[in-house]
Amino acid sequence: MNIEDRNTKYNNYVARISPRTSLFSSIIKAFIVGGLICCIGQAISDLLMLIPDMTIELASSWTSISLIFLASLLTGLGIYEKIGKFAGAGSIVPITGFSNSITSPAIEFKQEGVILGMSAKMFVVAGPVLVNGITASVIIGIIYWLTIVL
Amino acid sequence: MENKLQNKIANKQKSKPNSMLFKSPPHIIGRYVIVGTKETEGPFKEYFKHSIIEKEFIKLTYEKAECKILEEAIFNAIHNSNLTLSDIDVLLSGDLLNQITSSSFAARKFDTSFVGLYGACSTMAESLAIGACLIDGGYFKRVACSTSSHFATAERQYRAPLELGTPRTPSSQWTVTATACSVLSNSGNGPIITSATFGKVTDFGISDANNMGAAMAPAALTTLVAHFLNTHTKPEDYDLIMTGDLGKLGSDIFVDLMEQEGYKLGQNYTDGGHIMFSINQKTNQGGSGCGCGASLLNSYVLDKIENGTYKKVLFIATGALLNSLTSQQGETIPCIAHSLVIEKGD
Amino acid sequence: MLLTYLQVFLVGGLICGLSEILIVRTKLMPARILVILVVLGVILQGAGIYEPIYKFGKAGATVPLIGFGRALAKGAIEGVNQKGLIGAITGGLTATAAGITAAIVFAYIMAMIFNHHYKK
Repeated sequence: MNIEDRNTKYNNYVARISPRTSLFSSIIKAFIVGGLICCIGQAISDLLMLIPDMTIELASSWTSISLIFLASLLTGLGIYEKIGKFAGAGSIVPITGFSNSITSPAIEFKQEGVILGMSAKMFVVAGPVLVNGITASVIIGIIYWLTIVL
Repeated sequence: MENKLQNKIANKQKSKPNSMLFKSPPHIIGRYVIVGTKETEGPFKEYFKHSIIEKEFIKLTYEKAECKILEEAIFNAIHNSNLTLSDIDVLLSGDLLNQITSSSFAARKFDTSFVGLYGACSTMAESLAIGACLIDGGYFKRVACSTSSHFATAERQYRAPLELGTPRTPSSQWTVTATACSVLSNSGNGPIITSATFGKVTDFGISDANNMGAAMAPAALTTLVAHFLNTHTKPEDYDLIMTGDLGKLGSDIFVDLMEQEGYKLGQNYTDGGHIMFSINQKTNQGGSGCGCGASLLNSYVLDKIENGTYKKVLFIATGALLNSLTSQQGETIPCIAHSLVIEKGD
Repeated sequence: MLLTYLQVFLVGGLICGLSEILIVRTKLMPARILVILVVLGVILQGAGIYEPIYKFGKAGATVPLIGFGRALAKGAIEGVNQKGLIGAITGGLTATAAGITAAIVFAYIMAMIFNHHYKK
């Protein structure tokens, strides 16, 4: 048997016998935690809208800031990682996950110094989201501009 | 299956990888193990007599902590051998960190020759095998062989920041925090190393860095089969055959692979990673890391050999030779395994 | 009002639940999935498809990362409306400035206060 065949056969065998996460229970957990975090966001937004002269855009910004603060604090306290183990996508996907992915390397790499460690490595996990999101928005913006101009 | 074996033995061809039968087997005259907190909460708590006192280490970086406990393990192993530091001719050591800094930096404290080794998690077997060669070959009288691993330093280097909230995959293992040192001598009392096999790099095309067990099992296979053929032994000849850290899944795969080669591994086979932690410690497939097999070997296994429970033990440590870049570049994971036989001396 | 929260819970939970399927059943790493979500948000908002989802799900549509993509696209489009072509470049980042800046500053503060802890 040549090496490629042997490797393919072995990979198929491993895929067959490797344990898999129970899909149903992990979806339920992600669904519940994700939904709850969004509800917390809605509650913050609703509370802010009670303030006179508050616009929906401003409330939205403040809600983001609040959620990011909470997630950052929970990361520092070591609580967010426990939520993450339980909830999977339910804690990674909301904006709180974005905050956790920035705060956690910041804490982790502080040992290598504030400038060269913490500051340099802060976006080691979240970087791709910003790079690709911003680039995509520029492309959309240009396409939109072209539809107006033409 | 039987014919394949018989043909190989009949052809008297030396089976690669290559093995050594020692003419003057060295004695293990002293040893020392230090583990982390999680390891002392597992099934081997009575065998792990020394562990990290968290308060002492809280101010150190993870890397400095690992280096410090490795220094202490080496120092105490030499002391337990009734030797002084100047009695040691050479220190052999390796670990998981880039440029094996735990070992090289720890070696600063020891005024003797230092040989740094990298075999990933196979380092304990690698260092003991090379140490045995140096003594059996008559070059040195006393050699210290050590290794270390630390959960936090391994996670930082290979995976993700500790505070990141992503779940572990079910096939993943938990890097053990442990350092271990054995002192070998050409004289004295203690268990003896009678043979060893240096493995060859084996890659069966696994690319999932979260499934180390599946990646390493084939390396253990090639080494163990060669070892049996070269030493003309079979599984039943040993009181214990222990792999270092294949984990539950990896050891199941290993048993399957061995059976396909005509060797049935029975009750005398176990895996360090599989037994290191209990189920409620939630480590998925179990422990991994240089310190996993090394700590069990230098405490539980050698205790049992010294008190006569085990007379002949075969230890195989396996290592995955990847780094974080190779995975990102889509490479598969080449692995290696080294084995040695330890027997009760007279 | 309870109905609103139910809608929020449903939409937010659904987005997370579907993402979980991707994490568990495909070899995609979480980082890649997050990029897919953000870019998807940008595209859907740009195409105008995301507005009804937002109207129904409110925070359930903005809190997940796909909502971040929405904010980026919305910002770029508003930027073009207000400033022309330059708005395509400045708009996205301007709209999400609050979130990004907050994340950086809070991470800085938390890293100064908290230390790494030995994991159990």
